Amino acid sequence: MSNLVQPNATAPESEHGHSDASSMTLFGFWIYLMTDCILFATLFATYAVLGQSVAGGPGAADIFELPYVLTETFILLFSSITYGFAMLALSAGQKQKVLAWLGLTFVLGLAFIGMEIHEFQKLIGEGYGPDRSAFLTGFFTLVGTHGLHVTAGLIWMAVVMFQVQRNGLTMVNATRMGCLSLFWHFLDVVWICVFTVVYLFGVM
Amino acid sequence: MSNLHGSVDASHGSVKSYLTGFVLSVILTVIPFALVMYPTLPKPVTAAVVAIFAVIQVVVHLIYFLHLNFSPHQRWNVTALVFSTVVIALLVGLSLWIMYSVHHNMLAH
Amino acid sequence: MFGKLTLEAIPTDEPIIMWTLAVVALIALAGIAAITYYRKWAYLWNEWFTSVDHKRIGVMYIVVGLVMLLRGFSDAIMMRTQQAMASDGSPGYLPPEHYDQIFTAHGVIMIFFMAMPLVVGLMNIVVPLQIGARDVAFPFLNALSFWLFVAGAMLVNVSLAVGEFARTGWVAYPPLSGLSYSPGVGVDYYIWSLQISGVGTLLTGVNFFVTILKMRTPGMTLFRMPVFTWTVLCTAVLILASFPILTATLFMLSLDRYLDMHFFTNELGGNPMMYVNLIWAWGHPEVYILILPAFGIFSEVASTFSRKRLFGYHSLVWATIVITILSFIVWVHHFFTMGSGANVNAFFGIMTMIIAVPTGVKIFTWLFTMYRGRVRFETPMLWTVGFIVTFSIGGMTGVLLAVPGADFLLHNSLFLIAHFHNVIIGGAVFGYMCGLTYWFPKAFGFKLHDRLGRAAFWCWIIGFYFAFMPSYFLSFMGMTRRLNHFNVPEWEPWLLAELLGVGIILCGVSCQILQFYFSIRQRHQNRDLTGDPWDGRTLEWSTASPPPFYNFAQQPVVEGIDAYWGMKERGQKTAVEADFQNIHMPRNTAMGLVISLFSLIMCFALVWHIWWLAIVGLVATIGGVIWRSADDDIDYYVPAEEVARIENQRIKMLAEA
Repeated sequence: MSNLVQPNATAPESEHGHSDASSMTLFGFWIYLMTDCILFATLFATYAVLGQSVAGGPGAADIFELPYVLTETFILLFSSITYGFAMLALSAGQKQKVLAWLGLTFVLGLAFIGMEIHEFQKLIGEGYGPDRSAFLTGFFTLVGTHGLHVTAGLIWMAVVMFQVQRNGLTMVNATRMGCLSLFWHFLDVVWICVFTVVYLFGVM
Repeated sequence: MSNLHGSVDASHGSVKSYLTGFVLSVILTVIPFALVMYPTLPKPVTAAVVAIFAVIQVVVHLIYFLHLNFSPHQRWNVTALVFSTVVIALLVGLSLWIMYSVHHNMLAH
Repeated sequence: MFGKLTLEAIPTDEPIIMWTLAVVALIALAGIAAITYYRKWAYLWNEWFTSVDHKRIGVMYIVVGLVMLLRGFSDAIMMRTQQAMASDGSPGYLPPEHYDQIFTAHGVIMIFFMAMPLVVGLMNIVVPLQIGARDVAFPFLNALSFWLFVAGAMLVNVSLAVGEFARTGWVAYPPLSGLSYSPGVGVDYYIWSLQISGVGTLLTGVNFFVTILKMRTPGMTLFRMPVFTWTVLCTAVLILASFPILTATLFMLSLDRYLDMHFFTNELGGNPMMYVNLIWAWGHPEVYILILPAFGIFSEVASTFSRKRLFGYHSLVWATIVITILSFIVWVHHFFTMGSGANVNAFFGIMTMIIAVPTGVKIFTWLFTMYRGRVRFETPMLWTVGFIVTFSIGGMTGVLLAVPGADFLLHNSLFLIAHFHNVIIGGAVFGYMCGLTYWFPKAFGFKLHDRLGRAAFWCWIIGFYFAFMPSYFLSFMGMTRRLNHFNVPEWEPWLLAELLGVGIILCGVSCQILQFYFSIRQRHQNRDLTGDPWDGRTLEWSTASPPPFYNFAQQPVVEGIDAYWGMKERGQKTAVEADFQNIHMPRNTAMGLVISLFSLIMCFALVWHIWWLAIVGLVATIGGVIWRSADDDIDYYVPAEEVARIENQRIKMLAEA
């Protein structure tokens, strides 16, 4: 009898239980992010293998514009900071500030995607689309997959903003913001690898 | 409100940590871009600096934005990250070795 | 409007397919009629299809997996009859374009839609009970994972009726699987069914990894967990690390096919060999995903039916961890002949031989567990002994193949086929059959019919040896895999022996179908009243059979390995009057099914290039996820009185037993 847990210790309806669920969700999301890292690693490996196969077309040095990429990089980096400030406002329980910082992050993310689409459109317009060569295939896919992730993050962010506006800074919303925070910063980490491996090594 | 602390962001940052991370990231970004846009150093050295700065910047992001540390609370997160890194290193490294060897053995030019 | 889809997509000119579809339609209609007649739709919907209970989800996985086993096995029967008939120069009855789809579907179905669901199903039923938890970490994701898997299985099945399947083999190498050489829809069916079920599998990996690390009952440290739970933890790690590679690789193949890209094409710089490299970087961990849980099952069974504590618990655990890590550095052995050269081949060949060592350690620990134990040869123990013999042979042929020089001769010969069927059937399938027999009473409250179970085992093991041992000899006589027709009379007697083997396995499968029928009919005679029909050692046996939906009214405190055995030795009761509390449980929901249905529509549309429908499917899928996220009413509390009522019922039943 004594080996059965005293009822109080497993009472799940306490706040202790709720924050356990929240930290478990965050941990689960972190694990999912690790799998996403491996997905990107596969794309990076493929890009590395195909990177020299230009099939008589342009190579990296011919088509990349580093000042443009530097601008994109700063936009994404800023958006990481603004999201960080949204999280700080969340801890302080300031709903309007949360929405403001999230909104700013959203705009910056949108600007990043806009710049990326512009870059892609320009290249495709010049006949250097992903169907031109294996190198371009690898480039468009690696950078494009990152862009797709950012877009998914933006959709998620819009939904979160809507739910925060509607329900306030609930435990559930806080957990979701925490997950999105992990996601958003992780995307910036992947971008560091992208601009290094694709753009900087490409142009060098 | 009190339950928001301690759970969502067990070691949540502060304005200071985000700004520190930001400044470090800017430096670690601008220098590699500058070295490539205005080549001053020999190529292998530039490549090494760019690569190393990227790794450092990733670590900066992990510490200052993702609040990763070695506390008991984060132990499994760090373990998972280390394991993933090992898997990625093996996947990418061995794949490159394999594909380079195939390329070489196929007498490609 | 309908993309590439026309009525011609239905293969009306193929009698075998049309008859199959007719039979399937009849069975489906009969099933629907029966459910309607007995008025069970509400029950099915409320208790099963919308369930987020890991025990229910696990059963559903297994049901679908067993149904797909029948389809995969039918493919095997067709292949073997074709080869037995067509060994003397005649064409047989299956033309190559049909035969190629059959061997592809056979592999895809057996690996992804038979073995994986049986593994995941058993994981689902057993692991939360073994660790003293009330459910998995993310019950909704669990349901979603199941329905995504079903969507993938549906897509493969639809390909039989509408269109065609891939003709590339189950790993679908480009350039054959690329657009130029496979312009039809077959490879697209392949890609999307794997992508969608792959998402489900990945989510399962996350779920079980977090569940095992974070939801163990007090006192259950990692090194007090049952071995099956350990193997599931390592399997989850393998899933997490390897499935993203599959997702990315299939994604790249689909980009080649849909957007004319050049990852793996012959022209414009593509490199098909990179696909081979990547797909096997996933593929090797995949086979360990299939086998590790089987090892776990055998560990539990060997210990329980030898009435002895498992020998070498720690070495078993460390062996499993070592296998997990090593499985990421052996994958080139699947393509020694691709041309990576001596250095690469030597490294991976040596690593492959090394990975056999921890597996060998396990075989010895199971044998030492049985040694000097009081062995009861119940059906699960039969499967275990059958496994030890059969899998050892298969493992040894694997070590032979690990020598690159030998592999240059044996690659893609019947030696390879014999080897992997030897380890997959002798190892994984025997493990799942063993686990099903062992845990069936826990899931349903009554034991399976014993004699039919034994008959099934003997048919399977004898049938297996007849069906695959000749292949080793055939390979030395020069026979390669995937042959449709040939003119080599010397092979004929061996092929007939193999056909006999297939027939014996068919008897085994028939015994199993009969076993289910008679077990259900005789369920009252074979009732498991105590919840512990085998005198088990681990926590799942401390619950009722079947357990209450909340598993444990009070989470047990664990003091050592074999937690339940310890409780029995201390004379501890498992069901006691106590001050029960409200229990927090998740609500059932249809959203897992709904989201998966929308993704199925999206994938079907992608296969047939029905772009507007694909977009609708995508938007609806995302919409479903957002809808679910907006749902506030996703959990509830079971009142303490209800818990008390259920527990008191169990106390009464135990007193009467």
